[in-house]
Amino acid sequence: MSATAAVPPVETPFRRFVSEFCASPLAVGGLVVFVIIALVAILAPWIAPQNPYDLAVLDIMDGRLEPGSVGGSGITHWLGTDDQGRDMLSGIMYGLRISLVVGVGSAFIACLVGASLGLLAAYAGGRTDSVIMRLVDLQLSFPTILAALMILAFLGKGIFNVVIALVIVEWAYYARTVRGSALVERRREYIEAAMCLALPTRRILFNHLLPNCLPPLIVVGTMQIARAIALEATLSFLGLGVPITEPSLGLLIANGYEYMLSGKYWISFYPGIALLVTIVAINLMGDQMRDVLNPRLKK
Amino acid sequence: MALYLLRRLTQSGFVLVAMSLLVFLGVYAIGDPIEILISPDADQIEKERAIRALGLDLPLWQQYLVFVGKALQGDLGRSFVFNEPAIQLILQRMPATLELAFGSMLLSILIGLPLGLYAGLRPNGALSKGIMAGSILGFSLPTFWVGLMLIMVFAVQLGWLPSTGRGDTALLFGIPWSFLTRDGLSHILLPAINLSLFKISLVIRLTRAGVRETMLMDYVKFARAKGLSPFRVTFVHVFKNIMIPVVTVVGLELGGTIAFSVVTESVFAWPGMGKLIIDSINVLDRPVIVAYLMMIVLMFIIINLAVDILYTVLDPRVRLEAKA
Amino acid sequence: MSTLEVKGLSTHFFTRAGVVKAVEDVSFSVGRGKVMGLVGESGSGKTVTGFSIIGLVDAPGRIVSGEILFKGRNLVGMGEKELRELRGNRIAMIFQDPMMTLNPVLRVDTQMIETVQAHQKVDRETARQRARDTLGMVGIPSPDERLKSYPHQFSGGMRQRVAIAIALLHQPDLIIADEPTTALDVTIQGQILAEVQKLAANTGTSLIWITHDLSVVAGLADDIAVMYAGRIVEQGSVDQVLDVPFHPYTHGLIGSVPSRNKRGVPLRQIPGTTPSLMSLPPGCAFKSRCERADAACETMPALAELAPGRFARCVHPHIETLPA
Repeated sequence: MSATAAVPPVETPFRRFVSEFCASPLAVGGLVVFVIIALVAILAPWIAPQNPYDLAVLDIMDGRLEPGSVGGSGITHWLGTDDQGRDMLSGIMYGLRISLVVGVGSAFIACLVGASLGLLAAYAGGRTDSVIMRLVDLQLSFPTILAALMILAFLGKGIFNVVIALVIVEWAYYARTVRGSALVERRREYIEAAMCLALPTRRILFNHLLPNCLPPLIVVGTMQIARAIALEATLSFLGLGVPITEPSLGLLIANGYEYMLSGKYWISFYPGIALLVTIVAINLMGDQMRDVLNPRLKK
Repeated sequence: MALYLLRRLTQSGFVLVAMSLLVFLGVYAIGDPIEILISPDADQIEKERAIRALGLDLPLWQQYLVFVGKALQGDLGRSFVFNEPAIQLILQRMPATLELAFGSMLLSILIGLPLGLYAGLRPNGALSKGIMAGSILGFSLPTFWVGLMLIMVFAVQLGWLPSTGRGDTALLFGIPWSFLTRDGLSHILLPAINLSLFKISLVIRLTRAGVRETMLMDYVKFARAKGLSPFRVTFVHVFKNIMIPVVTVVGLELGGTIAFSVVTESVFAWPGMGKLIIDSINVLDRPVIVAYLMMIVLMFIIINLAVDILYTVLDPRVRLEAKA
Repeated sequence: MSTLEVKGLSTHFFTRAGVVKAVEDVSFSVGRGKVMGLVGESGSGKTVTGFSIIGLVDAPGRIVSGEILFKGRNLVGMGEKELRELRGNRIAMIFQDPMMTLNPVLRVDTQMIETVQAHQKVDRETARQRARDTLGMVGIPSPDERLKSYPHQFSGGMRQRVAIAIALLHQPDLIIADEPTTALDVTIQGQILAEVQKLAANTGTSLIWITHDLSVVAGLADDIAVMYAGRIVEQGSVDQVLDVPFHPYTHGLIGSVPSRNKRGVPLRQIPGTTPSLMSLPPGCAFKSRCERADAACETMPALAELAPGRFARCVHPHIETLPA
């Protein structure tokens, strides 16, 4: 007579995902770091020692101070100042805002566009599918950086233009990913059932098909945010991204380029660290998510 | 095999035409064509003369044909800044970029392959986990920032290597190459490392995944059942199988690397095509932009074709299908 | 002295989900030139037994107890280097799926020559000759040409013949064949069985033939061991066991062979499915599917000798059919 086993707690897919995700300390670390960074970016206007855009408080005599030195206004510049006398720490905080807004924003919009097109391609099939996939192939075969450079060359600088350029360059990944999983899901019985019930197409697409295509989309989305942030930084560094009035981390790094050879490394170094930490944190999360959601690695 | 080649060539031809249309539309139709082709400092009379000379008063499709006609003859316009044929400017700088791209490709294989092999064979060891964590860093770190750090550490602080520019060159086939001189090598090292970082991570991850997958295959177990030494099992049976996808990806990435060298060349002031294009974009030297785009597309097509052919050489299964 | 004596072999897999007792307390012996048929369904432990003998049980599995005496030497606990000297040389193994057994990117001659050279210091030409002769022995026409081919250029039956040839290269004392004909057509199956039988008889090689197909065993083997859920449930000479099976499982297996059933009467089946090897209920593993099960089956029966040379692990064997 076997003993009655205790009823295990209900394990929803979400809970399993969370527990598997947390199995990697690196991934959890990445998540924590990212949350901190996001908070810093959101709260920057309140927690930054100085408003780097406010020309009134800047004193050029404070320029190029070393980290840890105290400026003319009595603020301790923990990370030094740049050539205009802006506090690096504040600059970084505000720069994070721009970097994150552009990165996350463009990824989000690209996801919307790409996922919709991918779903459409998979569901409609035939000519629509061919056309969309040709566009995707064309987009993906062209090197990202060049495409972005060309688009910005014709559109000009500005945050909005950068977002547009990033969206144009990124949507194809989402489209391809979603189409791939949608094609697989489409054949499943629950979609057949939904079609038998004569549910409106829009409902089938967004309420039934999409949720099941989410796992790879989440992975791709996470990695793409990191890529978008890095790409924006690169474009800004090359002088084709955000304008000088609203510097992102990339532009801050560019500003410090010329001072590196004379030993004033902090103007480029610290924004770079901030950028680095952000991207690595996101990639660590994405990497673990990919391992967790990968059906082929499931035992 | 010949039929396969022919098919691929026609495909490539179509892509080239498609891209030329895109570029043409981008430059000639969107935006003010006058602005694009004529220096903004010209006055009204010069503008009108230029418009007629450049055929801008013709309908669009005729302009396209003129464009194609000139392109086939190798004339892709004259640079505003240098007043030389754009194509010449690009060809002059191509060796520098190619050096960098091939150098980084070489580094990525020499460093990435052994590391990835090790990580695949001993996936649970501490060193393997370190390698994998390092690879995440490798593709996360923005290339331009790594370049800056490399300059800071090796050039400024340690003073071991020069920070910018290309070193002395020596002629080979009438083209100046810098890797043939010692000074040239010292100049190329940092930029090549910088450019290769992303690909090293890619190769590590690819190789490791390939090794892990291949080790589970029956033919590996059978090789062990035959009593072969572990060395032979790894370096002949496993290695030959993973080489194929790795080589393919690295080859395909070559095009992307050439394109991405714009960043490294900017950081290290390396006088290649990439730096030219950035400078051209900043001063709106559009004929050069057009010429560069077309060259890149052409290079991509050639590289893709070469990789396809290489693939059939490496994988015997594909080789015979291609013959059929 | 028998070529192989297995005593109390137990091989367990230590997975995160639990311990899988794939092979538990298995004992049998195979004499010189004899053929032992190891029969069971998927998951019965027959393949793992084969791998245990040749020492290719990979993590997370390992042999936990027992002895494997090969010509008097215990293979359990033997060093890897010594085991490698035996593998492919004195003990050879043939796998089930010929498509995945041979490395697709290496030529057949490479894969055969390396086997020869792994165990004998001969030059390439001698090794190639040996390979050629062995291919001829297993009935492959124009062996010289075939040697230069790649595995995917062969049909399934040919590939399996190549695998058999590889096993025969060093005239081993023992060949373990793991379902080698399962993936092949019935006609090819028959051919290969005949070839193997002939070869075994001529060279005095002992053979362990692992299969789920009773008809194969009937024509080929001298002795038979039936496995269920990791244990041997019946053992004896093949004629006796197949004529008069003692264990209800063997009884059910033979009864369910279609040719043994009468026309018009529903096919006899064994109800239920094999239990999971991770959570085996206490007592006889077959009791949930056996019509003869009762309280006495709650304790694991021992493998008892119910008649001379006939063993069965059951307290309610079909022994009544044996003449007194």
